[in-house]
Amino acid sequence: MPGLQIDGLRIAIGDRDVVRAVDLAVEPGSCRGLVGESGSGKSLTALASLGLLPRAARITAGRILLGGDETVTPDRDRTGGVRGSGIAMIFQSPRAALNPVLRVGHQVERVLRRKDQHGDPRKRCVELLGAVGLGEPDKAARLYPHELSGGMCQRVMIAMGIASEPQVLIADEPVTALDVTVQADILDLLDDIRSRTGMGMLLISHDLSVVAERCESISVMWQGAIVEAGPNRTVINSPRHPFTAELVRDLANPPNVTDRPPQPLPARPADHPPAEAGG
Amino acid sequence: MRPLIEVHGLRKDYRRGGDMLHAVDGIDLALMPGESVGVIGESGAGKSTLARCITRLERPTSGRVFFQGVDVTDLSDRALRRFRREVQPVFQDPLTVLNPRWTVRRLIAEPLKIHGERNAERQVDEVCRDVGLASELMTRRPRDLSGGERQRVAIARAIALRPSVLVLDEPTASVDRPARRALLALLKRLQSEYGLTCLYISHDIRTIAETCGRTIVMYRGRLAEEGPTTAILNSPRHVYTQILISSIPRIDGAGAQPGRLKAGPASGQHLPDTGCLFAHRCPRALPECAAGPPVVEVAPGHRAVCVLAEPAGNHNGVTPS
Repeated sequence: MPGLQIDGLRIAIGDRDVVRAVDLAVEPGSCRGLVGESGSGKSLTALASLGLLPRAARITAGRILLGGDETVTPDRDRTGGVRGSGIAMIFQSPRAALNPVLRVGHQVERVLRRKDQHGDPRKRCVELLGAVGLGEPDKAARLYPHELSGGMCQRVMIAMGIASEPQVLIADEPVTALDVTVQADILDLLDDIRSRTGMGMLLISHDLSVVAERCESISVMWQGAIVEAGPNRTVINSPRHPFTAELVRDLANPPNVTDRPPQPLPARPADHPPAEAGG
Repeated sequence: MRPLIEVHGLRKDYRRGGDMLHAVDGIDLALMPGESVGVIGESGAGKSTLARCITRLERPTSGRVFFQGVDVTDLSDRALRRFRREVQPVFQDPLTVLNPRWTVRRLIAEPLKIHGERNAERQVDEVCRDVGLASELMTRRPRDLSGGERQRVAIARAIALRPSVLVLDEPTASVDRPARRALLALLKRLQSEYGLTCLYISHDIRTIAETCGRTIVMYRGRLAEEGPTTAILNSPRHVYTQILISSIPRIDGAGAQPGRLKAGPASGQHLPDTGCLFAHRCPRALPECAAGPPVVEVAPGHRAVCVLAEPAGNHNGVTPS
């Protein structure tokens, strides 16, 4: 039974269909990539799954199921109740998504309190901040968002996202605003959480290479519709839709770059004295 | 051939609270005529400060900037006029650069008028054709343009005076993929048509790979590695560059391997006064890193400032490119 299942979703703004015929499934413990350009409807699809559509948009057809239960339909397109327990989302600009005047620990605790969990939310909050890789989590909990780097803010957002132990986490461009080395670390963290908790993940990105590196399956969205979907290697190695083919071509053959992976590191030179423990 | 731009021991310090932040900490650089050089590194590496010092939007704390052999470091704004005409910046977000109340025509004519060009109007039309701005856009204002069109306006302003050097700070970061493609193609064309010398600042290594023959990697204001772009991409020798390059996501899925080298956390620590600034994050750090790291010429024109880099012809199985 899929964690998240979207059947025939259509979303209209006014009388214009901005999302048409979206079918998508995220299996528990797996990662599906959703790739497409800005304006292709990726984020609206994600927001619809959380019952968070902007006021101007409405669902005109289709349904969304979470763990087999119907949570979003054309009649019930703003169901705040599904958030937190079943599904959670993290965004592109973590600093904008965090409340600037509250300590980050407090913000994580608020999620925990709403879920009415057993145990001490303060303790659990520090555990979570540690689990997402913040050094000295008890001190980090007392910081404000402006005192953290972009990567650390995203780690806090991830802590809030997983605080309620959702079945599915939607990550909407989670690393776009970050440095490339930090990107890799954040994606590693998400992989790690997924394999430990069995949470399903929908990774949304405009960058096919991010998705190709992390997801078992890929859906490609173009002008409001899913134009291609399938297992990662199938989509990358034999794209059927011209849009996908163009994305792949774009990334596969940038001029001047050979397709070899970086050379392995040279072996440590023998004429260096071995490093001594404790230096 | 003499370099068009030469930078010697450039430093720029900013006061931050009680501390001194060494944004650029001793950079040497030479741009040969017609050459394109890329500068990469993470945020905070000093890339943009370097660009601002080279275009003399900032006065360096110490070090020298030469243009065609003339020292421009201490020139007054008035004396800089000729230099400004020759060395033009292009910034990341055109919306913050372009006067929102001006039309495209007025925006592009402005630099021409400032520099006393007589046929400004005719030249505006010419330069718009060159950068692919349709004539019906001339009466629009920046807000009514797409991101790609806005950046074309910014580029048109920069090249209107036929400069010899463009310093581009993240020129394609604010636009989406198709527009980025088109902008890069435009820049490459202008480069060859106008014989421009370019310095590209970017955190997007793909952009650099497509446009620049030579690449400089900066870390915390200092040079980590420099060399031909293909060598930086395919056989990086500084551990930081290796981590940077292996972090680029790849569609063949070869990047996200569990054994990938990782840098330690960047925050919190005070940077050491001597030695390699990356050492405390470096997974391969050695005791020697605490002393000043050597500048190792790993191949002709390819230098790495790292204890672990080996001089040319001194390592097994890896051919210097």
